Amino acid sequence: MEKNTNLFEYVLRMGDDSLILGHRVSEWCGHGPILEEDIALTNISLDLIGQATNLLEYAGEIEGKGRDGDAIAFLRCDREYKNLLLVEQTNGDFGKTMMRQFFFDAFRRLLFERLLKSSDIQLAAIADKSLKETKYHLKHSSEWMIRLGDGTDESHSRIQDSLDSLWKYTNELFFMDEVDFSLIKEGIIPSMDGIQEEWLVYVTSILEEATLSIPTNNWKQEGGRIGKHTEHLGFILAELQYMQRAYPNMKW
Amino acid sequence: MVTEKDIWAYLEEVSDPEIPVLTVVDLGVIRTVSLTDELCTIVITPTYSGCPAMKVIEEDIITLLKEKGIQNTKVELTLFPAWTTDWLTENGKNKLREYGIAPPENEVDKSVLFAEPTVVPCPLCKSRNTRMISQFGSTACKAHHQCNDCLEPFDYFKCLK
Repeated sequence: MEKNTNLFEYVLRMGDDSLILGHRVSEWCGHGPILEEDIALTNISLDLIGQATNLLEYAGEIEGKGRDGDAIAFLRCDREYKNLLLVEQTNGDFGKTMMRQFFFDAFRRLLFERLLKSSDIQLAAIADKSLKETKYHLKHSSEWMIRLGDGTDESHSRIQDSLDSLWKYTNELFFMDEVDFSLIKEGIIPSMDGIQEEWLVYVTSILEEATLSIPTNNWKQEGGRIGKHTEHLGFILAELQYMQRAYPNMKW
Repeated sequence: MVTEKDIWAYLEEVSDPEIPVLTVVDLGVIRTVSLTDELCTIVITPTYSGCPAMKVIEEDIITLLKEKGIQNTKVELTLFPAWTTDWLTENGKNKLREYGIAPPENEVDKSVLFAEPTVVPCPLCKSRNTRMISQFGSTACKAHHQCNDCLEPFDYFKCLK
């Protein structure tokens, strides 16, 4: 029972990351800077929402209270969402969206690679499926780091600003509490320690190539994993949940 | 008496709603078919996590089998093992090419960052002098390429393994 509660919480956290970032990225639909990027962003968003569906459906199964993925996605209040603060940050300009995506993709690739070996078969299956998609996302976001960072003075200074403003949210990627510790012990999830080191090596190598500097100010902001969010989440939920709140149980 | 083999043959009539030239069998999304007296169970797997075609495929299968006289069909979704473009049949690859979509080149685009991506021959003029416009195309499973010789823009069914 204890194991199920922890596994539910863990899968929920991952599902919420995919859901909220997928929703954020979908806000670019029809607003991309060029047609190809508009299409790329909506494809990435679709992958993320697909992953969210798989994860939240599974969370519902683990919980065993009859909630399906939709009920979990649409019928909770803000404090019940466990996504990272990073993924709920506003899109800003295209560079900020890509910076947020780059941090997240680099993390997710390392996480999914390790989850392939999870003793939980369904979690390993979701990781296997998602990893293939994430590799494409990471290549795309990494290329944009270099293009924008090592681009014009204007693109460089703007992407550097995004790096400076988002860096404080990256430590939370590696958040661990008793939920994680117990699942690590059971071989269901990997420890974050190795992941954090590898993430930093990868991220640093790309940002260096992009001629960008990682902030030396080490102030870190966290809270999403325990349901304490920035002011942005409420606005996302207002839009995300509008239909189900206004017309409960509506289907089309 | 309907056999599982018959069911596989019927499924050749269900096409992918986004790439109608392919059947669900060509696409390799049908994993197993099992038949008992009361129930026909078909296990399918999605190409991509968010592939919006899966729901339609499920409904199409149930509708078709009903027309064939099979009243009770259950379509189950499995994520494991994860779909790969290796499961596209040879027949499917040929159909794609004729339709104007370059089939997967049997190799994941391993190019690191800006390095040259896999060579994808133009489905129209067969030239190998083509370039990738975007890693992402009109559906989750495709990338966007263009031929440098005949200038035709075309979809590439990107390799996924």
